[in-house]
Amino acid sequence: MTVTVKDKTELFSPQICAEIDRWIAKYPAEWKQSAVMGALMIVQDDNGGWLTTELMDRVADYLDMPPIAVYEVATFYSMYELKPVGKHKICVCTNVSCMTNKSDLIVEHLEKKLGISFGEVTEDGRFSMKEVECLGACGGAPMMQIGKQYYENLTPEIVDAILEGLE
Amino acid sequence: MVNEVCLRTLDLERPWLMEQYQSRGGYEVLKQVLSEKRAPEDIIEEVKKSGLRGRGGAGFPTGLKWSFISRNAPGQKYVVCNSDEGEPGTFKDRDILRYNPHQLIEGMILAGYAIGATRGYNYIRGEFWEPYERFEQALQEAREAGFLGDNLLGSGFDFELHTHLGGGAYICGEETALLESIEGKKGQPRYKPPFPAHFGLYGRPTIINNTESLASIPMILEKGGEWFADIGVKNSGGSKLFSISGNINNPGVFEIPMGTPFSELLEMAGGMKDGRKIKAVIPGGSSAPVIPGEQMMDLNMDYDSIAGAGSMLGSGAVIVLDDTNCMVKTLERMSYFYHEESCGQCTPCREGTGWLYRVVHRIETGQGRQEDLDLLDDVADKISGKTICALGDAAALPVQGMLRHYRDEFQYHIDHKRCMVGAG
Repeated sequence: MTVTVKDKTELFSPQICAEIDRWIAKYPAEWKQSAVMGALMIVQDDNGGWLTTELMDRVADYLDMPPIAVYEVATFYSMYELKPVGKHKICVCTNVSCMTNKSDLIVEHLEKKLGISFGEVTEDGRFSMKEVECLGACGGAPMMQIGKQYYENLTPEIVDAILEGLE
Repeated sequence: MVNEVCLRTLDLERPWLMEQYQSRGGYEVLKQVLSEKRAPEDIIEEVKKSGLRGRGGAGFPTGLKWSFISRNAPGQKYVVCNSDEGEPGTFKDRDILRYNPHQLIEGMILAGYAIGATRGYNYIRGEFWEPYERFEQALQEAREAGFLGDNLLGSGFDFELHTHLGGGAYICGEETALLESIEGKKGQPRYKPPFPAHFGLYGRPTIINNTESLASIPMILEKGGEWFADIGVKNSGGSKLFSISGNINNPGVFEIPMGTPFSELLEMAGGMKDGRKIKAVIPGGSSAPVIPGEQMMDLNMDYDSIAGAGSMLGSGAVIVLDDTNCMVKTLERMSYFYHEESCGQCTPCREGTGWLYRVVHRIETGQGRQEDLDLLDDVADKISGKTICALGDAAALPVQGMLRHYRDEFQYHIDHKRCMVGAG
């Protein structure tokens, strides 16, 4: 059951509300639900990269959606995380073009260096690893994404330099 | 004839800026159409004449698609651009968004004018942050210049355009799943009919075209449909962006005439890495059945030539594999992809993609059984044509292609419990 919220601006910080409102404004007034994907991404980024049930419920209230409809979206799309991730989420593509350009060596190198495998987070919470499907940058295979940034033509040495350059 | 259409600004510095696009004549055709109040029917006719076929992979004639919309029906209509580029091996729309976003914007406005739509959405895959920012910046410039908004350049025609960001789901590249996604739902494809031209976004008449298709429109209208058609060959008008990757020296995006021999494309891409022998080519994204390298060397990059070899041109994503690749391992990875990306709506696809993956996986890991090859054929056949959308077919086609050309390799894996290729 949706809790009736008197003042929606209490659900999130003014800045988050303003960002979600920018998405709402893109769609017809009666289709606030269209903003759910944008809203979930904003809220996820603000929460260290993952979504709690409580946050999803708030998004539901904010957009006048049943919570289940928000859960459906959050569980369907692979970019939403329902468990904690590292400060830096390392997404490595292992699809055909990357695979034939030795993405397995990149994965092995990361595993050894960080002591974690796909789906895990380092103890200090700095890094997590995720296997992803084709990210549309096959010309730069092997490649990975950290945060919003793509990194292409990887070698273990390049990976080291990239990780060292992160905060 | 290289980079004549969608990548015509690529040689300029910071080609994504409005002033650079305009230095090559960008937005001129839009101005002309609006000031002359060119008849929308005439525009659709010109697009038909160009022979432009959907560049996302299906290859449906764009002009014909547009003509399905009843232009004068009352109420809102929509133009939707499919920039949810996700077919493994494809990375061309990313370059249009990064390097020539204004041409896509101009194409979308012209499409809106032609079908009587005043609103558009560009659906960009969520991982494409850099392309998204480029496109947003271009939208801002276009708005400031009066190419978007109300009463464009005093013509009385309104057009507003927004970006929608995806969330990481291959299936949203299917046009009706994409519409569901814009509506804030899971991206599960709709039954067709009704087709989007009658019942599309928010239940309104909608055309959905690929990024490259829409970005081709300004040049088609500037230089004429015939000019565009003549760049290519019969049934395959125009030039096309090919994303070529794999075991080659210079992978990348090449905009070349349809009908260019594959051997020339391979040469442009620097040839085979380390001088190795070409073994196989996946000519149109991972859903396109594999073609043996030797056969591919005699084919041309157009719809009919590739179809004649039992595959498809698809999105123009060419994955070139050398003789160190194990075809069983390659298929295992592809089958994993379709299993992972099946939306779960139709039983044959949801269950069948899992069967395909598990059976190929056990062959790859030396657990294969003699009856497995027939089982793969059977499962692929039980998915094909039995699902709401084409993802099921896309999962079955590579299996059928691999077994057609490399059955001996699969057999070897079963018999010897190891790979016949050194690298496997």
